[in-house]
Amino acid sequence: MSLPRVHEISIGGIIAEPGSSRRNLTGGWRSLKPVLHDDRCIRCRICWLYCPEGTIKEIKGEFVVKGKKYQYKYEIDYDYCKGCGICAHECPVKAIEMVPEA
Amino acid sequence: MTVALEARAKAKQTLALTSNYAAAYAAKAADVDVIAVYPITPQTTIVEKISEFVDEGELRAQLIHVESEHSAMSAVVGAAAAGARTFTATSSQGLELMHEVLHIASGLRLPIVMAVPARALSAPISIHGDYSDVMNTRDTGWITLIAASAQEVYDSIIQAYRIAESVLLPVMVAYDGFLMSHTTEAVELNDEEEVRKWLPRRLDRPNLLTPEKPITMGAFAMPDYYYEIKYQVQEALLGSLDKVVEADREYGKAFGRSYGIVQSYRLEDADYIVVAYGGASWGNAREAVDEARRRGIKAGALRLRVWRPYPAEEVAKALAGVKAFAVVDRAIAFGAPAGGPVYIDTVTALRMRGIDTPGLSVIHGIGQRSMFVEDFVKVFEMLKDGERNKTVYMGLKL
Amino acid sequence: MKVVYRAIWDLPVEELFASGHRACAGCGPAIAMRWITKAAGPNTIVVNATGCMEVTTTQYPETAWMLPYLHVAFENAAAAASGIEAAIRTLSAKGLWRAGKTNVIVIAGDGGTYDIGLQALSGMLERGHHVLYILYDNEAYMNTGIQRSGATPKYAWTTTTPVGKAIRGKVQEKKDIMGIVMAHRVPYAATATIANLLDMTNKIKTALEYTEEGPTFLHILAPCPPGWRYPEELTVEMARLAVETGYFPLYEYDHGKVRLNPPTSQIAADPKRKKPLRDWLKLQGRFAHLTDAEIAELEREVAANLAYLSALAKAFS
Repeated sequence: MSLPRVHEISIGGIIAEPGSSRRNLTGGWRSLKPVLHDDRCIRCRICWLYCPEGTIKEIKGEFVVKGKKYQYKYEIDYDYCKGCGICAHECPVKAIEMVPEA
Repeated sequence: MTVALEARAKAKQTLALTSNYAAAYAAKAADVDVIAVYPITPQTTIVEKISEFVDEGELRAQLIHVESEHSAMSAVVGAAAAGARTFTATSSQGLELMHEVLHIASGLRLPIVMAVPARALSAPISIHGDYSDVMNTRDTGWITLIAASAQEVYDSIIQAYRIAESVLLPVMVAYDGFLMSHTTEAVELNDEEEVRKWLPRRLDRPNLLTPEKPITMGAFAMPDYYYEIKYQVQEALLGSLDKVVEADREYGKAFGRSYGIVQSYRLEDADYIVVAYGGASWGNAREAVDEARRRGIKAGALRLRVWRPYPAEEVAKALAGVKAFAVVDRAIAFGAPAGGPVYIDTVTALRMRGIDTPGLSVIHGIGQRSMFVEDFVKVFEMLKDGERNKTVYMGLKL
Repeated sequence: MKVVYRAIWDLPVEELFASGHRACAGCGPAIAMRWITKAAGPNTIVVNATGCMEVTTTQYPETAWMLPYLHVAFENAAAAASGIEAAIRTLSAKGLWRAGKTNVIVIAGDGGTYDIGLQALSGMLERGHHVLYILYDNEAYMNTGIQRSGATPKYAWTTTTPVGKAIRGKVQEKKDIMGIVMAHRVPYAATATIANLLDMTNKIKTALEYTEEGPTFLHILAPCPPGWRYPEELTVEMARLAVETGYFPLYEYDHGKVRLNPPTSQIAADPKRKKPLRDWLKLQGRFAHLTDAEIAELEREVAANLAYLSALAKAFS
């Protein structure tokens, strides 16, 4: 990556692109990886609530799990998940399992 | 009186004002939006006057009665970031307390304008004037003008908004504490509507804080980026001299008064030149030139109206080829190779151009020690007698 | 408090604090940032004091903030916010502010609030600026590597209050910052934690509404895994236990009235419902050196604080 020259940098060091930290993939920090078992998930939203990274994605749709219909499912964005394990610890039905990164 | 004459008389009134009141009138004319000031001698009468303007409804602005000068500068940084035209003022310890935020104001490229009636620094505590406070802000990235009359204070503050808002750097207008801040002079005030037309609002700068365009200001820069961002300040500051000249010239066209970036007095055939800044030194220097010439010394005087950026070309032009010069500093650069901060810069400006005019560093007026015309005449006599390359602590009981 | 969000499903979905920030794994303050920005919404200017949340979110040329954001320095966030609020007021009156009603929020850590920023905070509160000041409290200078602050609890280990032969941890008690804020007679001040997020987001909404009248204040407990020395998956658990053991009571100061919020109100009414403080202390390395006598002393202080707040709530109800 070539670094910007003086006149390529915005005045006063402002950052004009909101949310540009998304370019910084923090998934590489992980040593433990949360694996969400959709068949155990009761859609309580608690993992989404507490994730410090905002990596729990709430996917809307029609999902049938063990005969039960849900309007949501949850997925983990491994690009940013740092593997802290708060989601697994807070999950009331232990649907998230922390496994060592390969 | 005819209607036209009345209108003109109203538009261009002349009042007897101290430099502090002149500063307050200038801020009002500039239609500032946010003022944050903390009382300190000798600045206080500025904030008192502005409080009157605001409370009388003559100035539509928020006056923030901050709890410190640190917060004064911080509040105008916030306000300027949000697009307000801002004003603050302080002296001495107040300017020292602001110091941290002065760097941030220039680093964030905010067009803040500040008046500084210059005052000595503690300890021992002194409420009286010298330029120790202003000199300590030398490397903060602020454009710094030093005025020599109440009229010039008024005009310079209005010019300062034009400069600040075009360069995107903060501007300080300094002048003698007490000797000017509390001395009444005749000041011609401009028509405020004309001033506001001359200072159109600029709401299109990139470093504006608004939900319409959510930017991050004051980011954390690692070694790969920090240097370039700071170099931008250096480049803008050095380049601002042209903008200072332009603003002064345009102001002259609009309002009939301009000053240049240096002022000279009887330089044409001068062998010896005294360089000075601020009202008292400049008045004394000019009187001393006349007296020295009566005594047969070809004397001249030069005043720095702009301290940052240092007007090196103009000073070099004046000092090249003369027999010797002295700089009268009203501040001490403790432990430096010469005693006077402006002297050090002046010598550097000459050496950077290969000019070796010898000089003398004169320190005077410290803590408002009385400076007499005769003292300045003596400087010319010392130069004529071959005193060179040393620091003279004038007025000191050694 | 005004209940805007009745259940977890009412909470706003839009993220205004982006992924990719550099806060530690399991960061409590990062959870707070997500929910502060969500509850406040896009018409909000954030003024951030120097600290963890500043350095980890704004590393040039990337920012996690999707709101207009200003960082000036450590001790002056309240002063800078005062200037922004004043600017919006004047510019609006002059027809030069185009963004309409705009929230101004300060986000500062405990160092930037209890210690170095206290004067600017007091000035802002006293002058009555329409600003919501949010303190995220992780109980030490975590950004510089865990040094004690005025918010660090008694006996806690930090790098500047090491557990030595002569002195074991911090000697002094945690400062009552809410008491200081309440003494300014602001319209609204409240405590919250990153575990009790419905409570917290409703308090943010309430505070922002009251900010029309004057300054408001939120004190959010936001645990720090490296600073408190606990496994990072326990961040929410640590905040929850801090409330359930009575260590960090949830309450509001609303126009002169003091109200305890659940579960603190239940604990105060029925001390049997209070969990032992030991349950919280034993999970944290910073308290690993505590003796039974010291734990008992801290437990008495927790009870005394709850009794004090209950008395306040009774006297000013």
